[in-house]
Amino acid sequence: MAVFPRRRLAAVALAATTALLVTAGCGGGDEPGDGPVTLTVDVFGQFGYEQLYQEYMTANPGVKIVERGTGTNLDEYSPKLTQWLAAGRGAGDVVAIEEGLLVEYKANPANFVNLLDHGAADLKGNFLEWKWNAGLTADGKQLIGLGTDVGGIAMCYRKDLFSKAGLPTERDEVSKLWPTWPDYIATGEKFVAAKTGASFLDAATNTFNTILLQTAGNSSGYSYYDTSEKLVVDSNPAVRQAYDTTMDIIDSGLSGKYGSWSEEWVSAFKQSKFATIACPAWMTGVIEANAGTGAQGKWDIARVPGNGGNWGGSHLAVPKQSKHQAEAIKLAKFLTSAKGQIGAFKAKGPLPSSPQALDDPAITGATNAYFSGAPVGSIFGTGAKSLKPVYMGPKNQAVRTEVENAVRTVELGQRSPAQGWTDAVTNAKKAAAK
Amino acid sequence: MTVQLEARPPVVPAPQRSPGRLSRLDTRFSPYLYIAPFFLIFGIFGAYPLAYTFWVSLHDWDLLGTDHPFVGAENYTRLLADVDFWHALVNTLGIFVISTVPQLLAALWLANLLNRGLRARTGWRMAVLVPNVTSTAAVAIVFGVLFGREFGMINWLLDLVGMDAIEWKSNRLASWVAISAMVDWRWTGYNALILLAAMQAIPRDLYEAAAIDGANRARQFWSVTVPLLKPTIIFCTIIATIGGLQLFTEPRMFHSGTNPIRGGTLRESQTLTMYMFENAFAPHYNFGYGSAVAWLLFALIAIVAAVNVLILRRLGGGDRPQKGTAR
Repeated sequence: MAVFPRRRLAAVALAATTALLVTAGCGGGDEPGDGPVTLTVDVFGQFGYEQLYQEYMTANPGVKIVERGTGTNLDEYSPKLTQWLAAGRGAGDVVAIEEGLLVEYKANPANFVNLLDHGAADLKGNFLEWKWNAGLTADGKQLIGLGTDVGGIAMCYRKDLFSKAGLPTERDEVSKLWPTWPDYIATGEKFVAAKTGASFLDAATNTFNTILLQTAGNSSGYSYYDTSEKLVVDSNPAVRQAYDTTMDIIDSGLSGKYGSWSEEWVSAFKQSKFATIACPAWMTGVIEANAGTGAQGKWDIARVPGNGGNWGGSHLAVPKQSKHQAEAIKLAKFLTSAKGQIGAFKAKGPLPSSPQALDDPAITGATNAYFSGAPVGSIFGTGAKSLKPVYMGPKNQAVRTEVENAVRTVELGQRSPAQGWTDAVTNAKKAAAK
Repeated sequence: MTVQLEARPPVVPAPQRSPGRLSRLDTRFSPYLYIAPFFLIFGIFGAYPLAYTFWVSLHDWDLLGTDHPFVGAENYTRLLADVDFWHALVNTLGIFVISTVPQLLAALWLANLLNRGLRARTGWRMAVLVPNVTSTAAVAIVFGVLFGREFGMINWLLDLVGMDAIEWKSNRLASWVAISAMVDWRWTGYNALILLAAMQAIPRDLYEAAAIDGANRARQFWSVTVPLLKPTIIFCTIIATIGGLQLFTEPRMFHSGTNPIRGGTLRESQTLTMYMFENAFAPHYNFGYGSAVAWLLFALIAIVAAVNVLILRRLGGGDRPQKGTAR
């Protein structure tokens, strides 16, 4: 009696075990077939590609584009991308790589398709020279990514809060308020004295990074690492100078201490809690997304204190794990073409890295309605071609995190400026060694 | 088939007659087959990652790199001298204590209330479990906003009663309290139900005898209920220990902005699992070092579990043995 059902059970158990093994053995295997190809694009922040996808899909009926990640911040995006690359699956067919992380990815180029093998060499003239070079590996034999945007810097400000504080609101006059960073601080002190209920700037960390990249670009051309990839956080005068200027900003009580990219930061945008923010071109899209339509026409854009500078900008790469490499490369070329860059600029403001696009009337004459019709094309575009890039070393992101974190501890009153500097240097060295 | 036919006829019990080779094999080996799925799954998702992690921890393993040189115990020696590691350990234990003690006390109190003759009793009992079925990430995000420095509701309430705002995210103790609040909100009801089940297994006549002896309700609770709940309380403590030492989602989602995995600028509420993640993934991508953290965490949990077992033996064995107590 007992034997019969037991045997049947045994068979079921065996079948179940086998089934488990089989399913564990082969996870989703969507082989490239004749049907429509789905391309996944991984981005962060605001790339402004929606319109371009539509256009591309209409022109290429066999391609469907799915985008992931708009609005996520870089700290969420980059670990995910690294895990996908390390695991050998999961990454999109086209992935965005920010300039600070590009160095790390370039050190392991085997993860990416060499775009030079796919006719990218002909496109060299479509990019600013340094932007093109940034996508190349050290030996120059592999091109990891095609440039999307560069991060020319301006200063975005709230006209309504400026007028409340009795400061000029017209953009040219505002630019005249702060030829240098000390002038910016002096203006900030006036603003604070007027007690508008808002702070002068969002958080010291973003401003610190702006000053650093500007100072470094105008002097040595490198920040935390020198061009021989030696960590120079404590010996590069640009780092110390940027740190000291930032300490003056904190000291004058100008910062709202809304930790960059945090929930509070987003709330502070919505509640009009600060009057200025250091504004690389791509930041305009972030401001619009965070502050919302309610603040339309209240923002405007002035010149950045000091002289120019570049912060950020990305490349598009195709991971080797992509199952549709040919289609993905074609899409990446389209998105980084002059036409694609102009489309992205119009949608969300990232400044083109293509000289042809920068010269295009669509850019030179561009205005941004959200920012009170500011002539963004000329504000960001002028000087874009003469931008001096800053060299980034292998552990740039980890080191930058430590230094900015030290700035934040001073801002929050947890450390004195001197202690903060000691922390920055010690922790940066520790991070670089990890 | 023939074997089956052979096996079927003997209606009269004939236990000593050989039932055929195949069915003997069946009797001997099929139990192993039944339990095989668990061990296979454990092998794939438990034992293999454990061994692989150990292997990785002996190498200088850049997550994206192709070369992984063998370094022996170097990751471990570096880790033992790493102040941030010990800092994270203190955070983990601190949050564990601050969350577990009030949690079990509150659960005990709740269970005691639910054990009385309430109206709509089942409804109340189900209700305490509701927080447990919500998504941890959602809870953490909401609490993260509630505990905001400037726009948070908690600080707004403090302001209403004339107290100074608290820096929930950059004060070490305050951040521990905030995270413990999250953990407790989620797990108190769950523990209350387990304790309630144990309470219901306590024989009524013990209370009657106590009442005859003149013990009031409070006295009955402390002298009858609590001693008989000891094994269950220890069970709850062990479960809370395992969860507490692996705490990740709550402190991770509590922080937002740049590099939230750090758990605050001065690592105020960075737990061990967060420190593991910070090293194995962004921003360091040092898989070997991260794996060493994972193994030390494993060792730590094993030690704490062993201590728990010792206490359990002592308490469970010493007092009067209660068969009726549910576990």
